[in-house]
Amino acid sequence: MKIPLDENKLIYMQIAEVIEDAVISGELNEGDQVYSTNQFARLYGINPATAAKGINLLVEEGILYKKRGIGMFVAEGARNMIVGKRKTQFIEDYISKLIREAEKLNITKEELIDLIKTYERGDK
Amino acid sequence: MKYAVECRNISKNFGRTTALSDINIKLEKDKIYGLLGRNGAGKSTLLNIVTAQVFPSSGEVKIFGETPYENDRALRHLCIVKESGMFLKDVNVGDALDIASSFYDNWDNNLAERLLREFELDRRKTYKNLSLGMRSQLGIIVGLASRAPITIFDEPYIGLDAAGRQLFYDALIEDYMEKPRTIILSTHLIDEVSNLLEDVIILHKGTVKLEGNSEDIKNKAFYISGIKDSVESHVSGKKVLNKEEFGKTMAVAIFDSISEKERKAMEADDLIISSVPLQQLFIFLTGGKMIKRGDMNE
Repeated sequence: MKIPLDENKLIYMQIAEVIEDAVISGELNEGDQVYSTNQFARLYGINPATAAKGINLLVEEGILYKKRGIGMFVAEGARNMIVGKRKTQFIEDYISKLIREAEKLNITKEELIDLIKTYERGDK
Repeated sequence: MKYAVECRNISKNFGRTTALSDINIKLEKDKIYGLLGRNGAGKSTLLNIVTAQVFPSSGEVKIFGETPYENDRALRHLCIVKESGMFLKDVNVGDALDIASSFYDNWDNNLAERLLREFELDRRKTYKNLSLGMRSQLGIIVGLASRAPITIFDEPYIGLDAAGRQLFYDALIEDYMEKPRTIILSTHLIDEVSNLLEDVIILHKGTVKLEGNSEDIKNKAFYISGIKDSVESHVSGKKVLNKEEFGKTMAVAIFDSISEKERKAMEADDLIISSVPLQQLFIFLTGGKMIKRGDMNE
C-alpha cells in the first residue's frame, strides 16, 4: 500500500512538505534523523532520485543537514524557519484569497474580522 | 563520460516507411527512464536497435561506449523483456530461469525465487501452457533477477491485472534501490509509472518529441483556468498546448515556465494554476491537438 500523492503537484515539493509538516507538528524534533531517500521512495512508490531532490531542497534551505555516512537530520532552528516561511505563504495563499473572496461577496473588512473572531472550529 | 546507451543519428526505414528519423539520445548509468510513445511511434524498433537485434539504416549505437553488434561483452550488459515473450515453448518455468541465470553475470537467484513466490508462478508449468499474464510475470522475473546494467522492459505486462502490475512496480523500485542500474520502461500506462521515472523520452512518429527530467518537465506544464479574458492576457506569449472554453471561463494548458511574479499576478486575478500530469501532457504532445508557436522540440 502506497501513500497517494497529489498528481497536480511536483513530487519532490510534496516530499519536502511532508518533512516540514512533521517538524511543525513536533513529530520530528530538531536533531532527529529524517527518513532516508529509500524509505521515502518505498513509502510513496517514487523514484529515489526524486525523493532525494525533496530532501536536498530542505538541506539548501538549512532546514536539514547531512551527517556523512549516517543520514539527514533536522537542523537547529528548523521549526522557526519553517514557521516563518509558512507565515509568508499563509498571507499569500489564504489571507489574500480570503480578502478577495470577501470583496466579491460584499463582506466588509469589519464584518470579516467579526466572522473570524466568532468562528467556532467544528472540532471543538 | 561514458553513457549506458548512446544513440547517434539513428534512422530506420522499412521499405519506404520511416520508422525512426535521426534519433539522438544519451542515457546515463543507473537511472530509470520512461520511453513513452503511442502505438507505432517507434519505441520497439528503437529498443531492438539498442539491443542489436535489428540494424539501423543509418547512425550508430553505443552500449557503455562499445558497439553492441556481434559483441558478446556489450550484449551481456543488456537484458530486454518483450511483450511477445522470449522462451522456447516447451521449456518449463524453472528451466527457463536456469537458462536465463547462465546468461546474466549479475543474476540474483534469491530475487528470482522470491518473485516466483510473490507472483505464485508454478515452476513446473511449461511455457506454452502459461497464460498471457503468467508469461508476463516470467518475463518480469527474468528482467529483474538479471540485474543487467541495462534492463529494458518493453510493454512487459500484457495480461497482468492492476495488482500484478503494482507488484512489478514495487519490486522494481525495491531492487533498483538495492542495485541501481539503467532501466528503460517502455509503456503507454504513463500515469501508473510516472512517479517511478527519473527521466522521460517521448517518441512521436519516429522522432524524439521531448526528453528530460520528469519533474522538470512537470514544472513546465500547467493548466491555467479562470475568466476567459484574464486567462488569455496572462498566457499571451506562452506556448499553448490546449484550450477549452465553457461560457466565459477558459482552461488553457501551457508548456512553459511560470515565474514567481507571473504566478502571483495570475493568482491576484483569480486564476487557478495546477500542474499537468505527465499522462495528460503526453496526450497533448502526441495527440495532434492544436500546438501554437511552432513545434515542441526542446
